[in-house]
Amino acid sequence: MIEIFGVEVSLDPIWLTLEVAAWTTFILLLLGTPLAWWMARMQHSSKIVLEALVALPLVLPPTVLGFYLLIIFNPNGYVTEFLRFFGFEGQLTFSKTGLIVGSVFYSLPFAVQPLMHAFEAVPQKLLDAAATMRANVLDRFFTIVLPLSQRGFLVAATLTFAHTVGEFGVVLMLGGNIPGETRMVSIDIFDHVESLEYDQAHVLSAMMLIFSLCVLMLVYGLNRKFGVKVG
Amino acid sequence: MTTLRGNLQLKLGNFELNSGEFELPLEGVTVLFGRSGSGKSTLLRAISGLDKHTEGELYFGDVCWQNGKKALATQKRHIGFVFQDAALFPHMSVRQNLMYSVKRLPKSVQLADFAEIVTRVGIADKLDRGVNFLSGGEKQRVAIARALLTRPDILCMDEPLSALDWRSKAEMLTLIEDIVAAYQIPVLYITHTPAEVERLANQIVFMQDGAIERIETLQESLSRVDSPLFDDEGAVSVLQGTPQAIEQGLRPIQMGQNTLWLSDLNELKKDTVRVRVLAKDVSLALSDPEQLSIINHLSAEILEIVPEQNHRVLVRLQLQDGQKLFAEITEHSAQRLELKADMKLFALIKSVVLAE
Repeated sequence: MIEIFGVEVSLDPIWLTLEVAAWTTFILLLLGTPLAWWMARMQHSSKIVLEALVALPLVLPPTVLGFYLLIIFNPNGYVTEFLRFFGFEGQLTFSKTGLIVGSVFYSLPFAVQPLMHAFEAVPQKLLDAAATMRANVLDRFFTIVLPLSQRGFLVAATLTFAHTVGEFGVVLMLGGNIPGETRMVSIDIFDHVESLEYDQAHVLSAMMLIFSLCVLMLVYGLNRKFGVKVG
Repeated sequence: MTTLRGNLQLKLGNFELNSGEFELPLEGVTVLFGRSGSGKSTLLRAISGLDKHTEGELYFGDVCWQNGKKALATQKRHIGFVFQDAALFPHMSVRQNLMYSVKRLPKSVQLADFAEIVTRVGIADKLDRGVNFLSGGEKQRVAIARALLTRPDILCMDEPLSALDWRSKAEMLTLIEDIVAAYQIPVLYITHTPAEVERLANQIVFMQDGAIERIETLQESLSRVDSPLFDDEGAVSVLQGTPQAIEQGLRPIQMGQNTLWLSDLNELKKDTVRVRVLAKDVSLALSDPEQLSIINHLSAEILEIVPEQNHRVLVRLQLQDGQKLFAEITEHSAQRLELKADMKLFALIKSVVLAE
């Protein structure tokens, strides 16, 4: 608990939020990169199905996503059973791990779309040229694709992080409201308002507002800086 | 002599490459010639292994590059490739672009002479520049140096001049000739410009509708009346000769016992030069006219007379040293002079230019 403008605010939800967002960003960059690369180079018409699937969290009410995840992650369901097989203990619903997994789905488009667009902008002929200079696939990816899509990675990382910080519906459905385990900032604000603790809600909301504004300014700043340098 | 032989298929959307059996000598410059859409670039990409949907067979000497759907990866083929618009890496300096090649040379391959190559190509003073600050011609030079530094067994060039202005084109052609002579690397060169073919080619692969139509030497191709190399300027002959020292403000080019006189006095570093003569610029005379402003009179023999459109005829001549020359004259003149095969006469050439 700390005091801000004479209002006592618990820091736990803030730390939890940052932790979940950081893990989500890390996992999404790791998994989203090959997915985005694959999609960017795909010429088959089935690409639109994939694109639609990836974009789904953008239009689906978070509660719907959260509801399905709640069903799928049922502690007695197949997914949990499958994970237990690999020594997983605990459960995916109402837990931090579950929140991170849920966030990965929820923020998927925010990682994959900027990466995909960045990869699509890398001219094929540069990769061809590298191949004729004896660079293999991974070599080409790390020496040509990665440096030329830096901006895409920065945008993907910041947007994913910020979007995960701001999630509410999925968290509520999947994680509930367990202090220190699943109570993230957005839930905490909701909680305070429900209990008519407007002062705490004010402080947290203002913090979120400033944070979001800063992140967006960072993204647009990066866009501008690297837009000139790379493009 | 080693050859590149095979039969490649590649389907891209509505376009289908079906090369047919081919065998190319790995020597000098082989030009892939054809209209846009004839499949030149597709064939070159298939040969380089740049398109993974390629099928068929391809052997570089004894090494199998393609067998059915199984292909040797491009990076293992020892190919140098110069793309139409250079394809330099924009996030690297000129030097870094060049070192990208050098760093990836297998240990078994000896390093190329970096300093010698950048000097020959003419980019020694531009190594630390960003590639976005180079002109079109400079970019293409870097691309050529980069390809040479991979120590390629074969150099592929996909219309390397098409993005350049005429002055850079002329310089680049000279450079390419120089490289072919200096490093003795077989070159596969794509173009749709007859003048480039006449300047560079040893042999020509004619392509049409995704297939190889025929493969022949430059001389064979130019002795055909219906050569695809002839554009709206009509038939063209390319004569080869040895340049001599300048005399009376003219450059003599020796061809057997005949001498051609050129008004082009630029320094020539080569032992043999190619000159380009339009059939329209060649007139015929039964006796050697002494009092005439035209200086180039070559004795010749008629091989055949081919009727053309618009009451004109194309006369195919053989010069003393065996080289072939076309003359295009009117039907009326041919009848008046009673021209027929095996007749000996004189070819008067109004204008000659160095092939470039």
